[in-house]
Amino acid sequence: MTATSATTVTSAGRGERATARRLGRGRLRTRALFLGPFYVGFALFFVLPIGYAIVQSLFVVERTGGVFGTVSTRFAGLAQYARVLTDPDFLQGLGRVAGFALIQVPTMTAAAVVIGLLLASTAPRAAAVIRSIVFLPYAVPTVIAGIMWASLYQPSTSPLDQVGITIPWLSGQLILVSIANIGLWAWTGFNVLIVVSALTSVPTEVIEAARLDGASEMRIAVGLKLPLILPTVVMSTLFALIGCLQLFSEPVILRTVSTAISSTYTPNMLALSAAAGNAYGRAAAISVVLALITFVMSLGLLRLVRRAGR
Amino acid sequence: MTASVPTAGTRRRLSHQSRGAVVARYAILIAAAAYFVGPILWLVAAASKTSAAVVSTPAWSLQGFQLLTNLHDLVTYDGGIYLRWALNSVGYAVLGALVGTLVAGMGGYYISLFRFRGRDALFAIVLGGVLVPTTALALPLFLLFAQVNLTDTFWAVFLPSVINPFAFFLSRVAADASVPIEVVESARVDGAGETRIFFSIASRLMLPGLVTVFLTQFVGIWNNFLLPVVMLNDDATYPLTLGLYTWNAQIPQAPALQSLVLIGSVVSIAPLAVAFLALQRFWRNGLNAGAVKA
Repeated sequence: MTATSATTVTSAGRGERATARRLGRGRLRTRALFLGPFYVGFALFFVLPIGYAIVQSLFVVERTGGVFGTVSTRFAGLAQYARVLTDPDFLQGLGRVAGFALIQVPTMTAAAVVIGLLLASTAPRAAAVIRSIVFLPYAVPTVIAGIMWASLYQPSTSPLDQVGITIPWLSGQLILVSIANIGLWAWTGFNVLIVVSALTSVPTEVIEAARLDGASEMRIAVGLKLPLILPTVVMSTLFALIGCLQLFSEPVILRTVSTAISSTYTPNMLALSAAAGNAYGRAAAISVVLALITFVMSLGLLRLVRRAGR
Repeated sequence: MTASVPTAGTRRRLSHQSRGAVVARYAILIAAAAYFVGPILWLVAAASKTSAAVVSTPAWSLQGFQLLTNLHDLVTYDGGIYLRWALNSVGYAVLGALVGTLVAGMGGYYISLFRFRGRDALFAIVLGGVLVPTTALALPLFLLFAQVNLTDTFWAVFLPSVINPFAFFLSRVAADASVPIEVVESARVDGAGETRIFFSIASRLMLPGLVTVFLTQFVGIWNNFLLPVVMLNDDATYPLTLGLYTWNAQIPQAPALQSLVLIGSVVSIAPLAVAFLALQRFWRNGLNAGAVKA
């Protein structure tokens, strides 16, 4: 009796364990099905290229014995990075990107905040129409926006020139402003949307109360709404500044109509031209440095946001 | 909710503003609208004229109007290569965003609803990926694809475009917000498998979020320029952006391309602009989701 019951118990235990194992296998299969595709892709198209770029950046290609000599690849440690960080082309590129950022981002933020606040005190139907118009450029790919503005800047096709106003948009003095203007045109609408959606979280009772107290719309916008949306605005501004490091499409397109833009105008263009000259190690080192700066700055920013939120 | 309806209260508060303030407000807003829509109107006007008229007549003049001729030239030039580019763009962006949304949606849902060891680490890795600029990946991706002889093919642009860490992050946020664990558990009790639960219940609950994920990916791929520039050499594989860019770069040698570039640009933005305006609210949803989590 006791023996039988004991076997029953163990067999039941074994049965349970088998079920658990079966369940476990099923769970693993589910996990592979749901997470597998994304993480396999992530490993192949994100992690692998980063690793590959890092490895590439540690080697230099050397040619010994003149133009017809043999080509060999040699491990060079961080030499490639030392070269990139002291490369005048790279540093000038960073400088141009910084100049672009300092023109484009503050203008864009100011425009987005002003438009967003004005829209909030405009009759809803008119506000919806204007908001859509302001958002429209976001639907235009950067390349197309670049081509369009290139035609608008060129004296032969510029409508300003047709009415007798000549501005040398494509000259060395103005080129950075002209590039920044394309970014301003393309991205302000998206930032207006950020401001508008941040404004929806401002409690209406507070605004109504201020209104009852006789505060003007201007006073409410600047004294009440602006401080409440400021954290969102500051965060999107800082991320926009970091994003400027990737500047590529706009200058590449304006380069087809302006001699003021060299093939190494921004760090990304420099990386591409290094790769085009088969200097893959140097190109990889530039890419890694850019990614690292972006990564560290974004991470620091997120930390800051989280601490401020606490 | 009542904010979108012009109630008596809205009207009263609008009349409460001084006339000068109202005029100034509309003046600024209309000036802004003119800045944003003006270049597009110019592009449409220029694209529907002869090249000579673009140079010699003002934008608002109808002289040299030949929209249909320009459209015909656009789709027949070089054996209809423009239509090929359009098809490629749709393939890269629509298919890529669809597959990308499926992959990110399933992953984000699983990370959100299932507890297992290593879950937080897996998610943190993806968050790290969000912070890596995709432009830094283009060159190493080219070298990797070159080793398996896949550069200059559809896959060279399509495959890397499918994987988007931000889409994964948005999907997780969408699942957190819209799929209650109780619903999933009761479906399990009723005997539904995990796949079935996802496709017939969870994905529907997540739908508004998934639309935002799709749009985010679609725009990213549609706009992408660096990856196609690096990967593609054969113009039969170009997306519209790269194709129009190469035409634009050839204008100094072949001035006839000027009008094709203009009309080609208009045709490439028209469908997208319409879709964007129609789907605006999903953008705001996505922005709110991002704001809550970050």
